[in-house]
Amino acid sequence: MTTELPCTRYLAPDGRPLGALPAWADDFDLLTRLYRQMVLTRLFDRKAVALQRTGRIGTYAPTLGQEAIGVAVGSLMRPEDVLVPYYRDTAVQLMRGVKMEEILLYWGGDERGSDYADPAVREDFPICVPIATQSLHACGVATAFKIRGERRVAVTTCGDGATSKGDFLEALNVAGAWQLPVVFVVNNNQWAISVPRRIQCGAPTLAQKAVGAGLPGEQVDGNDIIAVYDRVGSALERARQGKGPALVECLSYRLGDHTTADDATRYRPDEEVRQAWQEEPVKRLQSFLAARGVWDESREQALIADCQAQVQRAVTVFEAAGQQPVESVFEHLYARWPAALTEQREMVAERAARARGGESDE
Amino acid sequence: MSDGKYSLVEAVNLALHRAMREDERVVVFGEDVGVNGGVFRATLGLRGAFGFKRVIDTPLAETMIAGLAVGMAAQGLKPVLEIQFMGFIYAAMEQLVSHASRLRNRTRGRLACPLVLRAPMGAGIRAPEHHSESTEALFAHIPGLRVLVPSSPARAYGLLLAAIDDPDPVVFLEPTRLYRMNPQPLADDGRRLPLDSCFTLREGGDVTLVSWGASLVETLQAAGALAERGVEAEVIDVACLKPLDLDTLEASVRKTGRCVIVHEAPKSCAVGAEIAASLYERALLDLQAPIQRVTAPDIPPPLYRLESYYMPGVADILAACETVLEYA
Repeated sequence: MTTELPCTRYLAPDGRPLGALPAWADDFDLLTRLYRQMVLTRLFDRKAVALQRTGRIGTYAPTLGQEAIGVAVGSLMRPEDVLVPYYRDTAVQLMRGVKMEEILLYWGGDERGSDYADPAVREDFPICVPIATQSLHACGVATAFKIRGERRVAVTTCGDGATSKGDFLEALNVAGAWQLPVVFVVNNNQWAISVPRRIQCGAPTLAQKAVGAGLPGEQVDGNDIIAVYDRVGSALERARQGKGPALVECLSYRLGDHTTADDATRYRPDEEVRQAWQEEPVKRLQSFLAARGVWDESREQALIADCQAQVQRAVTVFEAAGQQPVESVFEHLYARWPAALTEQREMVAERAARARGGESDE
Repeated sequence: MSDGKYSLVEAVNLALHRAMREDERVVVFGEDVGVNGGVFRATLGLRGAFGFKRVIDTPLAETMIAGLAVGMAAQGLKPVLEIQFMGFIYAAMEQLVSHASRLRNRTRGRLACPLVLRAPMGAGIRAPEHHSESTEALFAHIPGLRVLVPSSPARAYGLLLAAIDDPDPVVFLEPTRLYRMNPQPLADDGRRLPLDSCFTLREGGDVTLVSWGASLVETLQAAGALAERGVEAEVIDVACLKPLDLDTLEASVRKTGRCVIVHEAPKSCAVGAEIAASLYERALLDLQAPIQRVTAPDIPPPLYRLESYYMPGVADILAACETVLEYA
């Protein structure tokens, strides 16, 4: 059984165009801006892993290798759109306006990291840990847009593993049935922790799951930001015009471990990872821009220095955040305080006092 | 409705009409809730009155219904979703546990989830398999939720309006056995009842009978039988299973010194166990007898030929009352 779906790719792994590029791709200001953001994302991501390794944040899910997808999606969305992300979405979130220090705060074990300050992301969902459950939230957000007659789009992301879950399929189904303004972006990075794509699903593509639900699905080379930007842009525009949902499967590779608690060398061959590095997205765009004469080594060095300074500033802000008061664990549970919880709040305060008092309590 | 009297399901319907009239953010959706007015007719007439954008028939997928409500609620709507029977509610469980109940907390109040999940509960209507469960304890265990069980048309009306007003997620469980039983006069005055509170249905100083939902029918009958023998039972409708109004329960038990808890759910780890444990913690020395629980056994609801042996009957409640009243 085959279901032929388009797969878009404009740039070869070495950055050379494979044919005619979309008209917008001669906007080098735009492409340079996207490139800068990809580099910032990669350096921040690397820093986050380093912070985990040195015990300054907890478990972190690296976005390494998915920078093109995230940056393209984030830059195409309008502030009034709503992102419903999964847990490997540092790239999209940064582009949307979530602050680096907020991402560090979240993975550093502090709920304030999901209380995004930027007005452009106030309605965005926090990252979602239970797999694929977020796809349905995006459909709910899109339903609200549709009920109110707003020209806004909900965008939700997930990995290849998530497409095996009922939640994802139920989301596709309702999106198709109701023609919701929602775009599903699947980061097919080939690995769901240790389970490779080939045994995740028997369908030739993940994109074709959309077809069964009555919405268009397509594949793009997720390491080619021109392809991602072009196709996700079309899907967003289509949804915004009330023409219904779409699914874009972005083919990439998870260059890092699943999380910092994982060791991918246990289950995948070095040779495969080496090959994947040949196709990675940052170098590809850099080569393209360099060949067009709009990027060079001095710009690269200046960019890296600038990004590293930004990252360092964020780390400083993160490390100065301090701890929330113990009572905060109750503060946001209910808007209207249930009297029944007062006793338990006192219990936690006493527990904290005992912990602070140490032996002196005896 | 006839003669200004409303059954419980009609009271639910009345409250839904009022809530949708008062607040255009209220959206009702679920399986068969639109054209058909719901399989129990709880949403009858809403489609005609408020249109297809606010009264929505969904595809048949409970996980989706619950997940959609989370997204809608985060966007400032007030979704009132119906799960057709409690036996099908478990597919919605992850969305309640991992998202609806936690969204406010995990975003430090940036996003909230003011949804009301309505579902019929309980046995006693000769329904098919998987249509008779009382698994309210599963929901009462989840921090961040409110769990309500009305036991009369007036409480269904006042509590549902209060639940829809509430800025946090509420699981609203409607006893099917009471849906059409004993219609009562009800004024559509929009008055809300307090959440997080028990209701004392009958005052008495000899024994405290604690129950909720459909079991209150038999519990009140037992109280009537006791009164004929000169024993005054206090009957408390817990109504809000999460969070629990332990203060009211404690005060009653301190007064009577004796307590019988009646519920249709299986015994182990049920809300009755939580109430009993809390009362022992708070009022052990005022108790004249061990608290008794009259419940379903720890079995799935049998198919309907045997279901009457599953649910606590008046005689079972009276037997438990004998035990606590005669305890030396």
